[in-house]
Amino acid sequence: MSERIRLALIGLAVLVAVTLMGLAALLSSRPLEAFAFSVFAGALVTSALAIVLTRDIVRSAMWLMGALSSAAGLYFLLGANFLGVVQLIVYAGGILVLIVFGVMLTGRSPFLRFDPRPAETALAALVGVLLFAAFSAVLLGSAWPPLPGAVPVRQAATVREIGRALLTDYLLPFEVVSVLLLAVMIGAAYLARPVRR
Amino acid sequence: MYDVGLAHYLLVSTLVFAAGVATMTLKRNAIGVLIGVELVLNAASINFVAFGHYRAGGLDGQIAAVFVIVLAAAEAAVALAIFLNFYALHATVDVDRGDNLKG
Repeated sequence: MSERIRLALIGLAVLVAVTLMGLAALLSSRPLEAFAFSVFAGALVTSALAIVLTRDIVRSAMWLMGALSSAAGLYFLLGANFLGVVQLIVYAGGILVLIVFGVMLTGRSPFLRFDPRPAETALAALVGVLLFAAFSAVLLGSAWPPLPGAVPVRQAATVREIGRALLTDYLLPFEVVSVLLLAVMIGAAYLARPVRR
Repeated sequence: MYDVGLAHYLLVSTLVFAAGVATMTLKRNAIGVLIGVELVLNAASINFVAFGHYRAGGLDGQIAAVFVIVLAAAEAAVALAIFLNFYALHATVDVDRGDNLKG
């Protein structure tokens, strides 16, 4: 019963948060974009903080799925449709499954404890807070002028344009990455082979 | 009253980056460290795409982010293979146990 009450409380909190986001978005000149940004950014930040705070590695992996999917939503908002789809397929579909496989294969013995020591917790909190404070101070104090000669395009790039760019301007990185993927495939298969004693 | 701009995206990605670094520092499970690395890489690609959309224009930011995703996949595959080897040798993935060089 307490589980049900807790679930109801979580649902209520999410509902209130989304309603508040919607009301705040109405103040913007483009309410739909502001609302979608608030939802995706809120989900991303919540998932990232939950990854840090949760003790269970399986829960970390599941929160990582939330974070990756919300990042894909942000890509869609930024007009990077192709990138958002790639993020969903490769990250949320591929890398996450790989990570969950890793979690399962490395076992969860009841004798293995991964609880961090208090000193490590303090260090992690200090590092995170300091990095966030320093970077936000820098980025909020900067103007970020546009590049000279660059015209920001406010429309979504088509897959055709991205494919053309990959095979013309970015041909060398593209080929290097394909060789790297081959090397990674061979290397991972070699490393993960059964150990002979 | 407020419009979504570059600064909002940068703030979100900064928070994700800080969370990723904190995860790397905090977790003793090697796979937890890998999850932290993925968070950091995602923060970087959000920055690439946001700058490309709001400032630089063109496709450069998106293509950089595509390469980041490819490299993240490669890194995850090799890292998990190494962790499996580590688990076969030490029967745990506690990163504190990885303090000897001779297998």
